[in-house]
Amino acid sequence: MDTMIPVDRGGPAQPLLLASGLRKHFPVGGGLLGRGRKVVRAVDDLTLSVAKGETLGVVGESGCGKSTVARLLIRLIKPDRGTMVLDGDPVDEPHGITVNELRRQVQMVFQDSYASLNPRLTIAETLAFAPKAHGLPAAQARERVRDLLSKVGLDPNNYAERYPHELSGGQRQRVNIARALALRPRLVILDEAVSALDKSVEAQVLNMLVDLKSELGLTYLFISHDLNVVQYLSDRVLVMYLGKIVELGPVEAIYGNPQHPYTRALLSARPSMDPRKRTKEAPIQGDPPNPIDPPSGCRFRTRCPFAEEVCAKLEPALAETGRQAVACHMSVAGSGHSKAVAA
Amino acid sequence: MAIQTPSLELGAPLVQATAAAAGRGYWKSVARRLRRDPVTVICAAVLLLLVASALAAPWLGLADPYKTSMLRRLYPLGSPNHILGTDELGRDMLARLIYGGRLSLFMGVTPVVCALLIGGLLGITAGFVGGRTNMAIMRVMDVFYAFPSVLLAISLSGAMGAGTENTLLSLTLVFIPPVCRVSESVTTQVRGFDFVDAARASGASALTIVRVHVLGNVLGPILVYATSLISVAIILAAGLSFLGLGVKPPEPEWGLMLNTLRQAIYVNPVLAALPGVMIFITSICFNMMSDGLRAAMDVKA
Amino acid sequence: MLLYALRRLIYLVPVAFGVSLLVFGLVHLAPGDPISAIVPPDAPKEVIDKLKEYYGFDKPLPVQYLRWLGVTLTGDFGTSIGTGRPVASEVASAFGNTIILAIAATTLAFTLAVILGTAAAYAKSRIVDRLVTLISLVGVSVPHFWLAIVLVIIFAVELGALPPMGMGPENSTGWRFDRAHLAHMVLPTIALSVIPLGVVTRTVRSTIKETLSMEFVTALQAKGMNDSQILRHVLKNAAPTCLAVMGLQAGNLIGGSILIETVFAWPGTGFLLNSAIFRRDLPILQGTTLVLAGFFMLLNLTVDVIQTMVDPRIKRG
Repeated sequence: MDTMIPVDRGGPAQPLLLASGLRKHFPVGGGLLGRGRKVVRAVDDLTLSVAKGETLGVVGESGCGKSTVARLLIRLIKPDRGTMVLDGDPVDEPHGITVNELRRQVQMVFQDSYASLNPRLTIAETLAFAPKAHGLPAAQARERVRDLLSKVGLDPNNYAERYPHELSGGQRQRVNIARALALRPRLVILDEAVSALDKSVEAQVLNMLVDLKSELGLTYLFISHDLNVVQYLSDRVLVMYLGKIVELGPVEAIYGNPQHPYTRALLSARPSMDPRKRTKEAPIQGDPPNPIDPPSGCRFRTRCPFAEEVCAKLEPALAETGRQAVACHMSVAGSGHSKAVAA
Repeated sequence: MAIQTPSLELGAPLVQATAAAAGRGYWKSVARRLRRDPVTVICAAVLLLLVASALAAPWLGLADPYKTSMLRRLYPLGSPNHILGTDELGRDMLARLIYGGRLSLFMGVTPVVCALLIGGLLGITAGFVGGRTNMAIMRVMDVFYAFPSVLLAISLSGAMGAGTENTLLSLTLVFIPPVCRVSESVTTQVRGFDFVDAARASGASALTIVRVHVLGNVLGPILVYATSLISVAIILAAGLSFLGLGVKPPEPEWGLMLNTLRQAIYVNPVLAALPGVMIFITSICFNMMSDGLRAAMDVKA
Repeated sequence: MLLYALRRLIYLVPVAFGVSLLVFGLVHLAPGDPISAIVPPDAPKEVIDKLKEYYGFDKPLPVQYLRWLGVTLTGDFGTSIGTGRPVASEVASAFGNTIILAIAATTLAFTLAVILGTAAAYAKSRIVDRLVTLISLVGVSVPHFWLAIVLVIIFAVELGALPPMGMGPENSTGWRFDRAHLAHMVLPTIALSVIPLGVVTRTVRSTIKETLSMEFVTALQAKGMNDSQILRHVLKNAAPTCLAVMGLQAGNLIGGSILIETVFAWPGTGFLLNSAIFRRDLPILQGTTLVLAGFFMLLNLTVDVIQTMVDPRIKRG
């Protein structure tokens, strides 16, 4: 099994995971005989890369396609379009690696700690499932389970033979993290992994995640709606709105100098502990539009205080602006937006 | 047909993710709860008695259930040597009722077991694989669902002709669709849980995932549903024999006995009703046991 | 709404196609060929061949199927091998008689079931709840053809209060709304209503109980609504599930009436089907099965559409 530990192939400069043009549209309902079917544009032409050893945070309102991205990256759902490259190897292509090999190296922690554990299996059985499926002998699998449990701070003697319903939420989520580590992956996708926990427990689990990362040399894709947690954990941050990236850049740039109106609105809506740092910008209005029929041009324009004619006509591309990339006409010189610099 | 909502005759059991509140092992706690439920225990005991006496009939010192006598026809209950009287051909009723349990129970249980295997396999496959496979399997089931179950059983048996094998075959065909539908719906539900996604993400084969993660969670509800079908099957099998479509005379079988004793209702009405009492007791016991199991396994009705 | 009904109707086409295949296949499940049932075993070969040709049994199966389907779609179900009369008219008159009985039995069963089920769900005392649960358990467990015999024994044989069989007096030509005909209906109606009574009572009880435990009921109580006002809300929420089960039961009742009709010699589809089986009259068997299955499909479709109409949670169109 230890021979299965993946080696670094592309060197430090090669992104660990490169996904380009990912698209997933879900058909909904359907007219007579399935004609005129509508689709939910959950993820639309999304391109992202995760560098080795970094933590990439993904934020956005619920329903913006964050979870779909996670499931696409681990191929729990098949993208309609787009390619993925894992450390230089194309995934699911003739010369590349198989989806199964991708899943060996990329693992995921789910949000719902209860639903993600089989109620009929003991913790040890759950943790041993993946290694056994990959051919690890029972004795070694048992050893692996003990090792995993101590890594996530649970005493193997005490917890291995318990059932999920006998654990607390925080303990269950530790088990879920241990399971994600069972195959010794390189990239761990954390999909709202701490969101359902109490604040005090959340902090413990977050600290454990930080420790595990440096101990095991992991890379994280950290999906959350909690801006504070993302700021605490991430190196880079990706802001999503209705299946699209609106802003992407280093955490200091995104939090210190947000460019996209949506990012600014999100950040200003954050409750502050400091009364001197009152919210000045107008908080975002209303709910996100229906992803079945997203607005033309810029998808945020229906809620954007700066929306102009050009925003309805043209879809802004993700363009480098200072230290980050932003998809907004205001940031592009000569775009036709009154606030943009003239060309 | 209710293509979207599987509203089944006896309620579609749903998976309950919340397992036993305490204790180790799901099946152990189920067994413990069953033991504490007197109604279920009594029903199980009655059924066990029926099965055991039917199996051990030749050694119980009963009269020959096939021996006719023109002199001793339709003796009333409590006659000497014939506690439960004699039937229209002078055969001992007690012997025929006990021997009758053999065929009646066999014809009620066998189709459900066969349907459980076939329908369960089809339903779990449809639910787990989803997509087109699901469409194909479930649309075929819809065809069978377009018939009321009694009509389907009678038409199939009627076309194939009377006989034990034909009855078993037609009853199995009748019970495959409902078992398949329940299996499909619980499997689809279990498949939606994150732990199945986590298992898929681990790269395990579909068969391994079904074996380890799906079966343990769907078998309970499917079994509960199947036990409730047994009581329907026993009534239906007896009904077919009652119509002359099942077991052929002179075999003792409750439904057939009810049929042949009908001519005696003016002479000895109580006697004529006796075989039905046996069917009723068996059926109600299976129903109550199914309810007990449902409660013990925490399956929602 | 209309679009939804239309779509459901279109979904019915492949099912109906499957049903027609199955019904057609019934004939070929039969041992031997159907001609042997009507000709004496020593009939000359030419006669047999002629009859085969007349009924189309000499063609290959797919041709036979298409021919049969084409003719059937025009409403011509063939000729009864037993009586020589058109199948369609035999089935039509029998179906009318079955419907009369079915309407009476469903009305009785559903009315009682709603009252009993609601009472049990609301009952403060355990005894009422237990009693109703027992009634519904007996309803689903009792072999209804046996109950029919028991009813005959008690009310016809022992008490002599009601007629034991038939649809009306001996000289009756068809069903009429009068004392004599109604008297003949009483026992079969009761016997036929026990299964739906059991199943629907059970459903009504559990659905209402579940609805009562929902939080919105507490909210309504907190608003100061009285019990009868709350009951309206509860019934509205419980209705879709109950309606679905009732629809299914109504259809099953018609399918299940064959045993009861046989016991009471009620000249309905079940009785017709039963006698057709024993005369090996396959056209009648096919015709009756097809009509009953078709009716069952349409009934289910109707119930489905009604269910979506009363249930705001199900998306329409």
